Amino acid sequence: MTEMYVLRVNGTEHAVADAWLGESLLYVLRERLGFPGAKAGCEQGECGSCSVLVDGALVCACLVLAAAAVGSEIVTVEGLQPDERGATTDVQRAFVETGAVQCGFCTPGLIMAVHALLDRDAAPTDLAVREAISGNLCRCTGYGRILEAVEVAVSSRRGGAS
Amino acid sequence: MTVEIGTRAAGGIGQRAIRPDGIAKVRGEFSFAADLWADDMLWGQALRSLHPSARIRSIDTSAALAITGVHAVLTADDVPLNRYGLEHRDQPVLAGDVVRYTGEPVAVVAADHPDTARRACAAIVVDYEILDPLVDAERAVDAAEIHPDGNVFRDLVIRRGDAEARGPVAVEGTYEIGMQDQAFMGPEAGLATPTSDGGVDLVVSTQWLHNDRDQVAECLGLPPELVRLSLGGVGGAFGAREDVSLHVHACLLAARTGRPVKIVYSRAESFLGHVHRHPARIWMRHTATADGQIVSFESRILLDGGAYRSSSYHVTANAACFAAGPYRVPNAHVHATAVRTNNPPCGAMRGFGVVQSCFAHEAQMDLLAEACGLDPVELRLRNALAPGDELLTGQRIEGTLPVAEVIRACAAMPLPAPAEDDTLARPGGSGRTAVAADIRRGTGFAVSFKNLMYAEGYMDGSVARCRIDGGIVTVSCAAAEVGQGFVTLVQQIGRTILEVDDIIVAPADTSIASAGSTSASRQTMMSGGAVEKACRAARAELETRAAGAAIDIAALTANTPIDVTEEFHHRLTHPLDADGQGDAHVSFACAAHRAVVDVDPELGLVRVVHLATAQDVGRVLNPLQVTGQIEGGIAQGVGLAVMEELIVEGGRVRNASFTDYLIPTALDAPTVAAVLIEEPEPGAPFGAKGVGEPPTISSTPAIVAAIRAATGAACTRVPVRPRDIVS
Repeated sequence: MTEMYVLRVNGTEHAVADAWLGESLLYVLRERLGFPGAKAGCEQGECGSCSVLVDGALVCACLVLAAAAVGSEIVTVEGLQPDERGATTDVQRAFVETGAVQCGFCTPGLIMAVHALLDRDAAPTDLAVREAISGNLCRCTGYGRILEAVEVAVSSRRGGAS
Repeated sequence: MTVEIGTRAAGGIGQRAIRPDGIAKVRGEFSFAADLWADDMLWGQALRSLHPSARIRSIDTSAALAITGVHAVLTADDVPLNRYGLEHRDQPVLAGDVVRYTGEPVAVVAADHPDTARRACAAIVVDYEILDPLVDAERAVDAAEIHPDGNVFRDLVIRRGDAEARGPVAVEGTYEIGMQDQAFMGPEAGLATPTSDGGVDLVVSTQWLHNDRDQVAECLGLPPELVRLSLGGVGGAFGAREDVSLHVHACLLAARTGRPVKIVYSRAESFLGHVHRHPARIWMRHTATADGQIVSFESRILLDGGAYRSSSYHVTANAACFAAGPYRVPNAHVHATAVRTNNPPCGAMRGFGVVQSCFAHEAQMDLLAEACGLDPVELRLRNALAPGDELLTGQRIEGTLPVAEVIRACAAMPLPAPAEDDTLARPGGSGRTAVAADIRRGTGFAVSFKNLMYAEGYMDGSVARCRIDGGIVTVSCAAAEVGQGFVTLVQQIGRTILEVDDIIVAPADTSIASAGSTSASRQTMMSGGAVEKACRAARAELETRAAGAAIDIAALTANTPIDVTEEFHHRLTHPLDADGQGDAHVSFACAAHRAVVDVDPELGLVRVVHLATAQDVGRVLNPLQVTGQIEGGIAQGVGLAVMEELIVEGGRVRNASFTDYLIPTALDAPTVAAVLIEEPEPGAPFGAKGVGEPPTISSTPAIVAAIRAATGAACTRVPVRPRDIVS
């Protein structure tokens, strides 16, 4: 069972042709539309490596049928920063500079989760940060540098506002 | 020639240099092996055994081949040489006559879509004669052989000193360690492409390109030069990528179909498709003088190696050689055995045999302290190994090993504040019902040491190349970057020695000679050493060309590039003799951990609050990366202490998913405070030691000691389960 449908990803419409309707949003983003930033770590919503925004909500792309996201605004890690080479958001920059990136497989999902957190809470407590990223498994860092990166991003935003 | 370190170059040795691949990784642009894509690419999928032990009567692939979109279905008959293995070739690429573990590959399929490939696997009919599996490691030595090579991977005895010597104080115990999984985040993946010369290009996530290359070439019946491997982006490793996984399958399918073939494991397949940490059962008895000096040490260690050998032989040596921990032991008898069973194959995981022994010896040290009426820290100090002392193997410690220093530094660190009044900070978190008034806090202490680099006479080395062309510096080395930050270190070494800002790190592949494995905490020393030698040779050539004038690197290499390749070796080691004696190890590192836990003793729930550690690092090359290794390693130690176990019943893994195999989240991971003890290691580049493994080793026993202190429960098994605390 295949059909043509259109997904709106990072502000641009993409036609998906001849796709099996059982494909997840994660599969279609990665394998059909050329957005490999979301990663397949478990394909059952446990690891958070495939986190994307669908109409502003942080979701695991592996748990969403691509065809069910028609008409929604999808944002992936590729859509967070300006397109120019090497450009980063404040959160991405903080991750690099604090050593929060090791193998990097969980990183895009964590970047999405931290942006979603800071968009709703500009000054989260340590426990609130831990809770907000507890759906994103990281096996390399033990989370210490990631928590540090969030702190750096929070204080840079505060510095920018004052 | 000497080069002063860190004097000129920003981002050099000792600095908080950032990763060269960091920006690509945060932007989602870094290419992991699973992100590979080729025109006309097919998807590969393995069919795996559902039984831990069975004879294969027949395999019918006709229904699978009839599915539209299926391009090949291969079985054992299609493999030119059907055996491989990391250290010993005892494992079939595809099971032919028998299957020996649940999850063993039986057939592989190539199809136009991953779901087509999965459906094709489901359509393959395998007629099994189901056999009784050998799943009890205790029975394996005497049971009927389940493999032509027998059921014993290694049986090692270490005898030291006077076999009859005993002290007046004795403690003994039996300890169990469950099967831990490396659970890296990026499942196994690779892309094989057939080449016009009859060979194959394989891009794959691995820890050791050249060892893989040799095994793949053997299995395919090709000369090694026709098998070219490149490192695909690696999503963590921790030992699980030392063994070949999908490599041969992908190459066979590519050769058969004449098209590129990509294989990406699902999480469930990843749990079944790589080796795990050996489950162990360990008995120990220590005797000591009344004032706590160890007199004798006896131990019996049994490791369940599962169906195939992998690295069981050397895991056994590590478990035995370091069985007593970093303490002076004049008289010892250690008997360690690794056996073959129909359980999942076990092999390398961070800590490599020492993790299991350390859990046991540190429990023993606490028992001994109690029996002698001593503080646990004081007892450890009284027995601490130091340079000049001998190991159980009779080897004299010649490098640095600041055991007493790490113990003192760790014990002196400030304790954390009392628990926050927030349900999220309670044992079990907000979803459980731990009552604040019931929570008890406990503190525990543990110490460990481990060898760095390969052992027992292995001729280890690494090769690096430094090319300077028109002032552009490119360093090549086949060392696998798996997340640890070797690529950062290459740039730091280059900047320091060559005094330039930009160092290009070439992609790792088999076009250069082997760098050895990214394991055994060895790449900082081995490949760091090779990169240092190559950069120093290039620097010497620059100085020659400058002939005393200031070095203008662009001008000096404008017409004739500098291109030097250098090899690094550590000093020779030797095999162990019949009494387990010999200079088998190169270098050692130690660490101390102090854990603070909150426990609800009625519910058996634990929250690991805080981990303080002091670690022997030789010299800090990059504070960001050392801290990252320590925090990450401790999180894996937390996992083994209270969460992580692959449950295997009757030879079947019951929890091959992140729903049921729980690794620490940000809410489970403790706050870590670390002190780095710097005593430069002679013979190591810049004096640095590998730092990846020690954090994982003694963090686990420190946490369990803290649980014992909070509850009084014996906790002789990890992971500690609620029932181990409540009952």
